[in-house]
Amino acid sequence: MLKVDNLHVYYGGIHALKGISLKVDRGDFVSLVGANGAGKSTTLRTIVGLVKAKEGRVEFEGEDITNKPTHEIVSRGVLLTPEGRRIFPNLTVRENLMLGAYIRKDKADIAADLEKVYDLFPRLKERQNQKGGTLSGGEQQMLAIGRALMGRPKLLALDEPSLGLAPLLVKEVFEVLKEINERDGTTILLVEQNAYAALKLAKQAYVLETGRIVLEGTGEELLVNPQVRQAYLGVSS
Amino acid sequence: MSIEIFIQQLLNGISLGSLYSLIAIGYTMVYGILALINFAHGDIFMIGAYIAFFAVAIYALPWWLAAILTIILTACVGMLIERVAYRPLRDEPRISLLITAVGVAFFIENLAIVTLGARPKGFPVPAMMATNFDIYGFRISGVSIWVPILTICLLAGLLYIIYRTKIGMAMRAVAKDIEATRLMGVNVDRVIMYTFAIGSGLAAAGGMMWASKYPQIQPLMGMYPGWKAFTAAVVGGIGNITGAMIGGLIIGVVEIMTVAFFPTLSGFRDAFVFAILIIFLLVKPTGLMGEPLKEKV
Repeated sequence: MLKVDNLHVYYGGIHALKGISLKVDRGDFVSLVGANGAGKSTTLRTIVGLVKAKEGRVEFEGEDITNKPTHEIVSRGVLLTPEGRRIFPNLTVRENLMLGAYIRKDKADIAADLEKVYDLFPRLKERQNQKGGTLSGGEQQMLAIGRALMGRPKLLALDEPSLGLAPLLVKEVFEVLKEINERDGTTILLVEQNAYAALKLAKQAYVLETGRIVLEGTGEELLVNPQVRQAYLGVSS
Repeated sequence: MSIEIFIQQLLNGISLGSLYSLIAIGYTMVYGILALINFAHGDIFMIGAYIAFFAVAIYALPWWLAAILTIILTACVGMLIERVAYRPLRDEPRISLLITAVGVAFFIENLAIVTLGARPKGFPVPAMMATNFDIYGFRISGVSIWVPILTICLLAGLLYIIYRTKIGMAMRAVAKDIEATRLMGVNVDRVIMYTFAIGSGLAAAGGMMWASKYPQIQPLMGMYPGWKAFTAAVVGGIGNITGAMIGGLIIGVVEIMTVAFFPTLSGFRDAFVFAILIIFLLVKPTGLMGEPLKEKV
């Protein structure tokens, strides 16, 4: 479904991605793990066209989407929930969700999806007329995920959804992601510093280090990999 | 001062203030999205007045048609300026954009002087505006009545667009977070273009009404109204649309009242307005309704 091939990205003189290649199949749950500055966020941002690739190719459903404008990539069904949630604090919860459906025209379906998101996150329904900025961190993360779901993503990319959340909420967020993936069949590409949770959920996973992929395998394989255990899971072998 | 004169002056101030509000909204909307003071905005107001002049005085179109045409054409001018002068600089430092805006203002003003001539032209005031009213013995000029009414209609339309339509929702989102709005699949370039179109269209409406109030138009007519409307936007809290409306009214009423109460100081009427600007920037730079500045993290 998504094929990233030999992606190179520079920030000014800094070579941020040095030939990233990865693959996401339909219905898959893929995690990218790695330390701060490894290039995980940059990979996601390049896929959705917020950052331009100098070299390499991004392919979605067989079509080249490299360096296309973000709104075009989004309308193909690739949605990114950015790091730090980035909900619109001046819009109501409901407006935030409706903006997520901006690319869609089917009014009845949008209304139905709004109810589905409210079922998934009842707190959002309670607060639908409140400004997004008044929500707690956890609720904002729910809103960010709900907002992305309103766009009916074929591929949902999430950048650090657990960042800054209390442990109980982290668990809830990951459960929701699992549900979206298993029940609705939405393909998920997850970037996480919380490597244990990310690998546990993942069918397929990649480990990034300073702009390169250094390891790949199924989530289970990587969870027991001694290198990964030592570097990212804090287990000394 | 008799009550009659006071009321006349108050209405006069409100109608002048309405015009400042209409222009101020263009400043504040563009600032809200791009953090750019569009110094050419006063000149767009002038272009509006000239387009109406040509439509009515030269091509003899009926006023209702001329007004619609003027708003549409001026909106196109605003979009053109954005496309040609500002969009290529969007990712450059803010200061480049600001200097470009000053350049665009001088360019339009001088282009107008060369092509249209510096000599003022008499504006064909619509009959509706020229008719005076007698209400309980008070004589009130048509302009003082119609300008606030038309302004309210336009502002109601604007608020409807901003708060009740999809594109308005996108505008509010872009004003807070351009990148996150892109991630919603919104074509941000298009939203910015519409913002310029709306601001310029309102300035055109303001230009036509201004020229009905002071029926002489000339290429530099946009400068002072533009700066005063900018002051209004700052007073109201730049970036805040409701603030711009209130700021415009305050500036208009203060300007007229200083002249009415202190006729000997009437030569200082512009100075009073800009003194307000300086005081606000010193004491309350976020304006009446602006949000406190937050450090971007």
